[in-house]
Amino acid sequence: MTSTHNAPATTTGSELPAVATELARSWLRRMLLIREFENRCAQAYQDRKIGGFCHVYNGQEAVAVGCTAAVGAADPIVTAYRDHGHALARGMDPRHCMAEMFGRVGGCAKGKGGSMHMFDRANNLFGGHGIVGAQIPLGVGLAFGTKYEDEVINGGKSSRVTLAFLGDGALNQGSFHEAMNLAGLFDLPVIVICENNGYSMGTAISRGTTMGHDISAKALAYGIESAVIDGMDVIGVYGAMKQIADSVRASCRPAFVDMRTYRFKGHSMSDPRKYRTREEEERFEKEDPIGRLKSSLEAHGVNDDDFKAMQREVRAQVRDAVAWAERSPVTPSAELYRDVFIERWGPYTGSSQPEMLGGSETVADFTAIDPEGDLL
Amino acid sequence: MTAVREIEFRDAIREAMSEEMRRDPRVMLLGEEVAQYNGAYKVSRGMLDEFGARRVIDTPISESGFAGMAIGAAMLGLRPIVEFMSWSFSLVAADPILNNAPKMLYMSGGQFGCPIVFRGNDGAGGQLGSTHSWCVEGLYSNVPGLKMAIPSNPHDAKGLMKTAIRDNDPVFFLESERLLSNKGEVPEAEYLIPFGQARVARAGTDCTIVAFGRPVLLALEAAQSLASEGVSCEVLDMRTIRPLDAGAIVRSVRRTGACVVVDQSWSFGSPGSEVASLVHRECFDDLDNHVHRVHSADVPTPYAQDLEQEYLPNPRRICEAVRSCLYRA
Ligand SMILES: Cc1ncc(C[n+]2csc(CCOP(=O)(O)OP(=O)(O)O)c2C)c(N)n1
Ligand SMILES: [Mg+2]
Repeated sequence: MTSTHNAPATTTGSELPAVATELARSWLRRMLLIREFENRCAQAYQDRKIGGFCHVYNGQEAVAVGCTAAVGAADPIVTAYRDHGHALARGMDPRHCMAEMFGRVGGCAKGKGGSMHMFDRANNLFGGHGIVGAQIPLGVGLAFGTKYEDEVINGGKSSRVTLAFLGDGALNQGSFHEAMNLAGLFDLPVIVICENNGYSMGTAISRGTTMGHDISAKALAYGIESAVIDGMDVIGVYGAMKQIADSVRASCRPAFVDMRTYRFKGHSMSDPRKYRTREEEERFEKEDPIGRLKSSLEAHGVNDDDFKAMQREVRAQVRDAVAWAERSPVTPSAELYRDVFIERWGPYTGSSQPEMLGGSETVADFTAIDPEGDLL
Repeated sequence: MTAVREIEFRDAIREAMSEEMRRDPRVMLLGEEVAQYNGAYKVSRGMLDEFGARRVIDTPISESGFAGMAIGAAMLGLRPIVEFMSWSFSLVAADPILNNAPKMLYMSGGQFGCPIVFRGNDGAGGQLGSTHSWCVEGLYSNVPGLKMAIPSNPHDAKGLMKTAIRDNDPVFFLESERLLSNKGEVPEAEYLIPFGQARVARAGTDCTIVAFGRPVLLALEAAQSLASEGVSCEVLDMRTIRPLDAGAIVRSVRRTGACVVVDQSWSFGSPGSEVASLVHRECFDDLDNHVHRVHSADVPTPYAQDLEQEYLPNPRRICEAVRSCLYRA
């Protein structure tokens, strides 16, 4: 039961330039928020407040936080089903994220998407996608869209970069390979980030993926430049991703990242983790991205008291999110036939934005195509 | 007076796409061989010259990839038209076209719509064998969140395509390679045909024949020959099956008291079975017989010419169904 997944080399974080201390403090807070949020999710799942499948992000926080910090708010991002961390890193209010999982109307998708399908238009988060690999062509399409808007419609230069996240399991899907080929072929400004946590469910990467020890080889085949990044070190993630994002923005060429990370919990809520050793888990727990950033920040005047204060803050924030989600009404049955089509016809009642975005009707004056109720 | 001229079905589709691309820079066309080759079936002939390679885009043979890419672009706000050389090839893109496009608005709680048109050839008849002869209307019309248009003539093809491109929801637009060279009257002046409005292709009093796409032409042939036997058929061309103009079907059947549905997809769980269920529910007291259905035979599509013709709905089988429905067999 050995994994070929490489452990990061160090247990401390990267050196931090003094000017960036405030920034790094904000990352620490965000990572703590995600950790606390995920722990409460696991608890809520046990309490049956969350249904279906639920995949938590413990251990991988530095990836979402470091990557989103390295790009701008206008840069689209899209990810797979282990998506709460990306939503919170991108700025979604934890209330709406929690309410979504509780199946409440205040959820980011009014309780119609669930844990695996988090969307946030205001923060340019284009989902949470449950089918392994499906989001990668979508990410390439987002990059196609931004470039087309910037260059063909507005006659300027391509200015946005898309981040498309996937798990290592998705490397074996055709959609990954088709998307990489298209991104390379069409010169699209997309960074395809493989959150390589070494496992897809119970399958170690070496058991499912050729060249699993060096997945950048896959990018090489598509003429796409790649980097290996220690995903347990948020300062390093930020620094490397900033460089890659700047270069992709300038060159309008895609990039691929082998982001080495580890998930501390099971694949989903029902995984006894028999496929890996306790020793391996402990080795990675020493790499805890929160611990590593905390120790980097100690030299910059962030002491234990500061850390504890931050923990208290996020605990209160997540407690509030849970309480808010519980107060939000169960999604009413009137929502069943809403948001199927933008137009109102037959049994379909048009579409509206979720509470998180103000709740307004999507199309102010519906072109009701079915005044007589004739349509099926 | 608007000038009326005759153009081919393929030209009607191209005119619709080109007019909409002139009107809206967010509209673009992508697919295999659509640009330099001028389209495998010449539907997009000349469009590369007019719009350039940024808006008329040759893709590799990568249906799942480029369908997904176009959906991402649509989520961002573009209005892509995706050409499948054949709808048969869309099967390898089933996940993006069925799991992403029609569900995005719902799963995002109203945040991200997907204004996209998927179009291409649908249906058997060219001796292409089973893999290339799919009628996807049975499969895909089962999925909520998509609209489906199936024109039978150049005039409708143009008007429906323009509506499809302006629609804010995903539209599956089914053309027929068998019809692409058919000519028909298409006005010079701009027009759009709204979805969900059936057309009376032939008025009649004894039996309603419900059809869409190429089977409309077969139904008209059958109606012509039945007229010589003294049977008056009303042929409804549904034009779109999602939405389906249920009102038009019900009104017609209440007058005629008899209904035959012609649908070239397989019978099990099909638009044809949906129409039959609708008519039985809404016109129960008006019917003198149960709804009769003419489908493709419930077997993989054969290659041999005579066998393929027997497999498909054809005027002879439609006439038999009408006679049987009217107890004239
Ligand atoms: C097409 C498809 N097949 C199977 C599944 C079931 N499934 C969900 S997650 C998963 C493992 C994916 O692992 P990975 O991509 O490495 O992501 P991680 O869970 O490590 O974040 C599987 C098999 C699915 N959702 N979609
Ligand atoms: Mg994994």
